Amino acid sequence: MKVSDFTIRSNTRLNDRNYLLKVTPAGNEPLPEMYPGQFVQIRVDNSPQVFLRRPISINYIDHQQNEIWLLIQRVGEGTAKISDLSAGETMNLLFPLGSSFSLPDQKGNFLLIGGGVGTAPLLFLGKKMREKGLEPEFLLGGRSEKDILQRDDFEHLGTLYCTTEDGSLGEKGFVTQHTILQKKRYDFIFTCGPKPMMVAVARYAKQNGISCEASLENLMACGFGACLCCIEKTIRGNVCACTEGPVFNINELTWLD
Amino acid sequence: MAGLKVRIGDLELKNPVMTASGTFGYGTEYSDFMDLGRLGGIFVKGTTLEPRQGNDYPRMAETPSGMLNSVGLQNKGVDYFVDHLYPQIKDYDTHMIVNVSGSTIEDYVACAEKLANLDKMPAIELNISCPNVKEGGMAFGTSCQSAAEVTREVRKVFPKTLIVKLSPNVTDITEIARAVEDEGADAVSLVNTFLGMAIDVESRSPKLSTITGGLSGPCIKPIAVRMVWQVYHAVRIPIIGMGGICNWQDAIEFILAGSTAIQVGTYNFIDPAATVKIVDGIEAYLQRHHIASVDELVGQINYL
Repeated sequence: MKVSDFTIRSNTRLNDRNYLLKVTPAGNEPLPEMYPGQFVQIRVDNSPQVFLRRPISINYIDHQQNEIWLLIQRVGEGTAKISDLSAGETMNLLFPLGSSFSLPDQKGNFLLIGGGVGTAPLLFLGKKMREKGLEPEFLLGGRSEKDILQRDDFEHLGTLYCTTEDGSLGEKGFVTQHTILQKKRYDFIFTCGPKPMMVAVARYAKQNGISCEASLENLMACGFGACLCCIEKTIRGNVCACTEGPVFNINELTWLD
Repeated sequence: MAGLKVRIGDLELKNPVMTASGTFGYGTEYSDFMDLGRLGGIFVKGTTLEPRQGNDYPRMAETPSGMLNSVGLQNKGVDYFVDHLYPQIKDYDTHMIVNVSGSTIEDYVACAEKLANLDKMPAIELNISCPNVKEGGMAFGTSCQSAAEVTREVRKVFPKTLIVKLSPNVTDITEIARAVEDEGADAVSLVNTFLGMAIDVESRSPKLSTITGGLSGPCIKPIAVRMVWQVYHAVRIPIIGMGGICNWQDAIEFILAGSTAIQVGTYNFIDPAATVKIVDGIEAYLQRHHIASVDELVGQINYL
């Protein structure tokens, strides 16, 4: 873990409230090894309303460009200030933080299920799986077509299935209602998104005997295990989602109890 | 080099900058960011006789220039600390001080006794001010009688430096400070968090599972400075001041108000290396003002 200033290379608005920031170390030092599921803590200065850093998952690492990609959903004042940053400006990051998704050792059927901005770490996971010769498939859900972010990037890495609540893209409904889940047998599911979606995915995985890991988005203060605010109740008791997670095997969680 | 050394009870600190319990884990969490040996001391996470799971999620809510927490003393208990954590941290080149909490006087005493036997544990901080536990905690720190009683009983079993951490959630903090001084406390640390509350207006639900929690961060600083100043004029024992310290200017402000040493708390979450910057900043300030020792600044306000 370290704290460094980063320069914003580009800030692209993807839809009405999501922004893709590509950032590179201000001192041009090469990025350390980072793993899918890990996150950064972004410092937001000059606002009394925004005191704490904002945890944002790593969307993608472009080692050639020495860039971290961060997908920012404009929700409150903190993410608004971050998404207002322009190319050339700097931001301070605490990184890399947290645990990562397990990269399978053997070939199999892998489904990466994401909802909303929770799709962010799945792009990086898909890339790492590709690099290992694995074939990830993606199932992404959103309210409407515009909410399914980075479709081209996902399609570049593997087959992409979509669901939208209004039926404007892919099948109408929620991710857990997609027909691919009836048609195909998966060995491992990786998921990130709103908690109700992840709980539904976990339930599907458990009922069908499929291994499943979920990346949590608990509220946190520090991000490195000091404040004990972001705890998740597990079969081992309360643990920090920032250090023991954010990625958990669903068998460790108590969601389905 | 300007004199940064200060004394708290029998403890000689290499500088007045320490870390507040509950914000710095066991120090190890911060070793990637800084040289822990540059600190005057590290106050480790609140420790109780028995293990505690703490309160339910959510335990944290951001507020303007601060945050509310209701962690509720989650820790693995004093025996786990003695057997597993102390061996990992005892050789850091700084003072490691355990914050001791409990639900009953017997808990505090038993916990303090176990810690008294540790060679490299020169002091404890008695936490009679945690607002986030149902029993004990702050209840001891809000009446002179119970604050005095717990200090008296722990004093009997803990011969080393005894620091008592005071709650700001009282009518007159100086009365409590005097009460613990009279029972043999070597120093007081203040302030713990202020009892606060936040409500989500959309869901109309409290933001914390416990409804209320402890407020910390720069938003409490002026109140904490005032309380340090009041206590400085009420007791003779040294004061360890804290409450929203983010930089060396804040640290000097607390020293001028009457703190011999200071603790940095919540701001460690935002800048994990803030403490070493504060040490450097204090030293530069002393040089710039031609002050030989930081001691000379304690309580030295130039009144208008």
